[in-house]
Amino acid sequence: MAAPEILPAPVAAPEQHTLSLYVNNKPGVLVRVSLVFARRGYNIDSLVVSPAAHGDFSRITITCSGDRPTLTQIILQLAKLVDVVHAVDHTGDAAYETEIALVKLESQLGERTQVLQVAEHYGAKVVDYGPESLMLRVYGSSDKLDAFIELLRPYGLLELVRSGKIVMARGLEDT
Amino acid sequence: MSDVKVPTGAEKIVQCLEREGVEIIFGLSGGAAIPIFDALVGSKIKLILVRHEQGAMHMADGYARATGRPGVALVTSGPGATNTVTGLLTSHMDSAPVVVICGQQVTSVLGKDAFQEADVTGISYPIVKHSYLLKHGGDIPRVMREAFHIASTGRPGPVLVDVPKDVSSGPCTAPFTDEVDLPGYTVPGRGDPEAIAEAARLLSESKRPILYVGQGAVISDAGKAITSLAEKLRAPVVNTLLGKGAVDETHPLNLGMLGMHGTAYANLATQDCDLILGIGARWDDRVTSDPAHFCVGAKKIHVDIDPSEFNKVIQCDLSICGDARLVIEDLVPLVDMLDTEPWLKQVERWRKKYPLKVQKQGGLHAQYVQSRFDHLSEGRPILTVDVGQHQMWAAQFCRTRSNRHWLTSGGAGTMGYGWPAAIGAKFARPDEEVWAIVGDGGFQMTLAELATAAVHDLNVKVLIINNNYLGMVRQWQELFYDNRLSGVDLEGNPDFVKLAEAYGVKGMRIKRVADVDRKLREALDYRDGPLVVVAEVVKEGNVFPMIPSGGPSSAMLIEPPRTQLEKPRGST
Repeated sequence: MAAPEILPAPVAAPEQHTLSLYVNNKPGVLVRVSLVFARRGYNIDSLVVSPAAHGDFSRITITCSGDRPTLTQIILQLAKLVDVVHAVDHTGDAAYETEIALVKLESQLGERTQVLQVAEHYGAKVVDYGPESLMLRVYGSSDKLDAFIELLRPYGLLELVRSGKIVMARGLEDT
Repeated sequence: MSDVKVPTGAEKIVQCLEREGVEIIFGLSGGAAIPIFDALVGSKIKLILVRHEQGAMHMADGYARATGRPGVALVTSGPGATNTVTGLLTSHMDSAPVVVICGQQVTSVLGKDAFQEADVTGISYPIVKHSYLLKHGGDIPRVMREAFHIASTGRPGPVLVDVPKDVSSGPCTAPFTDEVDLPGYTVPGRGDPEAIAEAARLLSESKRPILYVGQGAVISDAGKAITSLAEKLRAPVVNTLLGKGAVDETHPLNLGMLGMHGTAYANLATQDCDLILGIGARWDDRVTSDPAHFCVGAKKIHVDIDPSEFNKVIQCDLSICGDARLVIEDLVPLVDMLDTEPWLKQVERWRKKYPLKVQKQGGLHAQYVQSRFDHLSEGRPILTVDVGQHQMWAAQFCRTRSNRHWLTSGGAGTMGYGWPAAIGAKFARPDEEVWAIVGDGGFQMTLAELATAAVHDLNVKVLIINNNYLGMVRQWQELFYDNRLSGVDLEGNPDFVKLAEAYGVKGMRIKRVADVDRKLREALDYRDGPLVVVAEVVKEGNVFPMIPSGGPSSAMLIEPPRTQLEKPRGST
């Protein structure tokens, strides 16, 4: 008799998605939202939560990777949560996106010229100028941040903190 | 004003329950819930003390499914609350409106591992429609109103309200409210007229239509409209396990249940249709088995109140969001009679060629007992059915004639559901005959509720199909695992008649084919309190037809197979 066969996972190309949720500003909402991902074993790549213009509500911006049918299901299940007012996939639309990163480098005083050149090129600002370290702040598209960080990696990257992507729809359209 | 007594939070909760029209609460007390139990003294709400919180949950669920009104359970914190988890899942999977109120430790110790503290709100998240941790007495009227609104509207489901003891003991001056302000919550009603017109157009082109009816049709009471639609189109109807009863299963157009253990003719017709109209059914894996081979080439239309069900399992040609009854009522006037004569003839040929089989020789067979039960009871009783082989036989042989007369745990497949659900249904519908049909395995998970039925002298009955096995798993082991039986032999089963008598409940035993009709008649006529009927059936009966899970319906086994089968590849 044949050995039990384990079904292969359905193959669909994963893509990066940016979701924006408008939710009640209440305890537990974040857990309910993240469980919709977790029950599928889906990872959230980045997550930003902050109060909305109206303090009773919060904005959640999530980036995650997955195939489109699964993401469509996830969005519908997010929208179904009582605490979620709406859930929108901004992937591929013209919404404005940005992200901030803080980068700490081990860098002696006399060896900083190249680092500072890179920083200047990327519009990064030095926010802490210590004797043995530098902290840089950079913002822009997530792709730009990725490239910036890769350029600095050989120069003694100590710490990296990224805010996660935030997104806002253009014009009068709802985010 | 000073002589007006300010109610406690617990008293306010009970007043809110009364305002919601709650007549009965199924509960088990405990330290953190004492203030709420105290507030129930003198209330017109009837408190039914259960023997285990799972029993309270299934009773509330049975009450809810038998009436359409929310069932209410009241338990204490910690283990009391965690014992509701199986019941929450059961109600969540099958969209039953249940409101669960849990006592909780005082707010000042939350998060500090206090005695009988469990984060039940957190535990509940994946298995409720919504849940609340009621931290402020002033929120009581709003939260209680929202809880009942959310539980009972749209796609119903369980809502949990966790009430710390200081909140239930403290004063509550907040006024009652009838309004709900839930910006994230909408209740679909009528469907989009254009989509309904498109459905009518697709139907008009169909030669071999089928209506596929699920729990949503039961919940929205769409049966009458669906029957009109079926008669007007002259289209056959199949129902899911939970859809039983929306359309009378003795109606000539009804082919009974489809899916893994559905009738052969229901499955053959479904597989061969050129249009399938799903009404409040979610294309579950028990139905679709292998989605890639389900109704290939057929137009697929899906009517559902929950848009997250659209295209989840099966990609449909048309999705209509709305209340099943309202959508079908709008659809009926737009359709004309179809030329389905050849199709109906084909369906009838299948029905004649592959009838459900009942064995009368070689001992007492469960199928025989249940088919006689159906015949003698004429489908009058509300049936609450547990989970396993007996459930599938009941689904096949006990044809459900009317809405809300078939209650079973479908999505969750919760063993132990049947008996307490019967008690809940009987409290809800005291004038109806209520029977649980259970297996020996499932019954033992919640049989302590025999005491609950006995105390209230409730004329509720249970038919135990006793094969001394966990029969469905034994069947899989026989068919797919070389008959290597593992963990299925229920040796040590009690004598269920003596067990009933120990609770002061009448017990009856059926052992011989010749006794079946006489004893079932006697049991059906019994009016003096609860009754336990044990049918000692052959140990190794199997449920057929069977579509091995994940297989195409062409792999349907109508008869026992002669050769060893490959292990199924689909869901469990």
